[in-house]
Amino acid sequence: MKTVSKIYVALVFTILYIPILVLMLFSFNSTANTGALTGFSLYWYKELFNSPDTFNALKNTLVLAISASTISTIIGTAAAVGITKFKTRITKSTLLSVTNIPMMNPDIVTGISMMLLFVFIGTILRSEDKLGFGTLLIAHVSFCLPYVILSVRPKILQMNKALPEAAMDLGCTPIQSFFKVELPNIMSGVVSGFILAFTLSLDDFVISYFTTGNDFQTLPLLIYSMTKKEVKPDIYALSTLMIVAVTVLMVLSNISSKEKTADRKAALK
Amino acid sequence: MRKLIILLFAVLLLCGCENTSESLTLNVYNWGEYISDGSEGTLNVNEEFENYCLEELGKEVKVNYTTYASNEDMYNKIKSGSASYDVIIPSDYMIEKMIAEDMLLKLDYENIPNYEFVNEDYKDLFFDPDNEYSVPYTYGMVGIIYNEEMVDKEDIGSWELLWNEKYKGQILQFNNPRDAFGTAIYSVGGDVNTTDVAVWENAAEKLKAQKPLVQSYVMDEIFNKMKNGSAAAAPYYAGDYLTMHDSNESLKFYFPKEGTNIFVDSMCIPSCARNKELAEEYINFMLSEDIAIANAEYIAYSSPLDNVRKSETYIADMTEWNEEVMDILYPENLGIRTQYYENLDSDTLLLQNSLWETLKIENAVEPWVYITSLSIILLLASIMMYSYIIKKIRDNY
Repeated sequence: MKTVSKIYVALVFTILYIPILVLMLFSFNSTANTGALTGFSLYWYKELFNSPDTFNALKNTLVLAISASTISTIIGTAAAVGITKFKTRITKSTLLSVTNIPMMNPDIVTGISMMLLFVFIGTILRSEDKLGFGTLLIAHVSFCLPYVILSVRPKILQMNKALPEAAMDLGCTPIQSFFKVELPNIMSGVVSGFILAFTLSLDDFVISYFTTGNDFQTLPLLIYSMTKKEVKPDIYALSTLMIVAVTVLMVLSNISSKEKTADRKAALK
Repeated sequence: MRKLIILLFAVLLLCGCENTSESLTLNVYNWGEYISDGSEGTLNVNEEFENYCLEELGKEVKVNYTTYASNEDMYNKIKSGSASYDVIIPSDYMIEKMIAEDMLLKLDYENIPNYEFVNEDYKDLFFDPDNEYSVPYTYGMVGIIYNEEMVDKEDIGSWELLWNEKYKGQILQFNNPRDAFGTAIYSVGGDVNTTDVAVWENAAEKLKAQKPLVQSYVMDEIFNKMKNGSAAAAPYYAGDYLTMHDSNESLKFYFPKEGTNIFVDSMCIPSCARNKELAEEYINFMLSEDIAIANAEYIAYSSPLDNVRKSETYIADMTEWNEEVMDILYPENLGIRTQYYENLDSDTLLLQNSLWETLKIENAVEPWVYITSLSIILLLASIMMYSYIIKKIRDNY
């Protein structure tokens, strides 16, 4: 039975990762042909650095993802702490259900309704540019929030309630006790919420399509607009670089968390 | 911790404050991969325009260049009033629609002296008979690309190659309703802009008959499929054939004898534009010889400009790339009926869209899938109910 489960896991991993490996392989291809490997070359990587549109789109996507995930993490953590502190069950469960709505909504519904909202507000305020980076950021924060709250809340429930009370007994103000006692305990939930929000924002197409303005094109939008003519392989090179960057980050964060738990165990001894 | 937060906010603020000094911005909205953008050693037209403005006109200009994948996407973006663009490049029928809805501004040809280079055949077209709103950018025709190693010589020449049972599973079809219905209607010699319901329904029947032979409905995936030989025949635009031929020499092209589509993409200024004069400057710049040649060589579609077609550099470069270029992009004495797509009225559009949806969705899911999933759901539901009942009995006991 053990070997069967090992084979199963290997199969699942293969199916998940083979498309990525094929993509990485073809980014080193010397021509644009995706049927045959014609030779190893770094041509598409050089092309990538020569193409201003792609770089602009990448920069925009990263700026948007980092800002949206930071803001939604801050708001989401505060929201999760606040929701948990409510005493009546009805308020708590209503707030949680409302939080779940953006998650369950199809992206296209969220996208179109946000676009209509922004155009409406823009018309009232008589602003020139009704859509732009600001509206895109607001839209991304709003759909990333539920995921952050969902990541942070279990950690808050798991934490020992006596700890912040003990801190306050020893002289902390409530705010100090939050930052010094509660936050380090829920930090892993906050970090995983941040990473989840970052990934969602990076990957989002439908909502960005409807809420972006005329000067902010993200990477998914750029790639979609190439679908009438060819998608050039410098996009494969870009994707390979992004995958490598993310993998390196994940490995580093795993190593650092392992070191932290090792330190903690050593300190307890 | 606090310092980190302050640092993050500072970074965000800096990102938000782009230079809003006296530089003018030009918002251009074009198809994807439809301008010479500096990749693979070509000229970066937008950068050249910015340099030209600085040197010749003394103005600091920034070009905001964004792209779209279809006319309808661009139309929806502008119609919703959510963003303003200065230059857009729609296709013929979309220009007709936008003129009818007052969405385009009239051009001031005092600012576009290079308009004299536009070939007479591409002036006074049906969508803009007085040339008040548009300046042609590229044009092209749809034809059939086939792999000569996979297709017999006697089967070519007509649209019927795409309905030939011999090549079952190796035929590709357009993945958008206008072009797909176009292939069916052209093949029977019909009028692609008709409001006659019978013509559309016959075309839908013909597409339905084709569906079992089709490998898949594609747009840009066609490049890979034809290049690596997984499909034998496909309809697509003439210029794109040249790009595909580059990677696979056994691909050949022909214009089907029953007639085909001709399209023109033109530069226009929408009514939401903020910098009309700068937009006209941009259009004029695109008509200048070096820029137009760079664009025509990058996009590989036909150019409606005389200064490009008669340019020896252009002809030499293109023929060096592919000897059949001038015959395919600029065929003389074609002898085949060509027809533009015109704007359809809303009833016909609704009919076309619903027929297209029926075609795509029909038989998409086999009945056994429904039966199996339903039985699994019933099984799970009964297991859950059973364990719930057992639990209740045990509690009461």
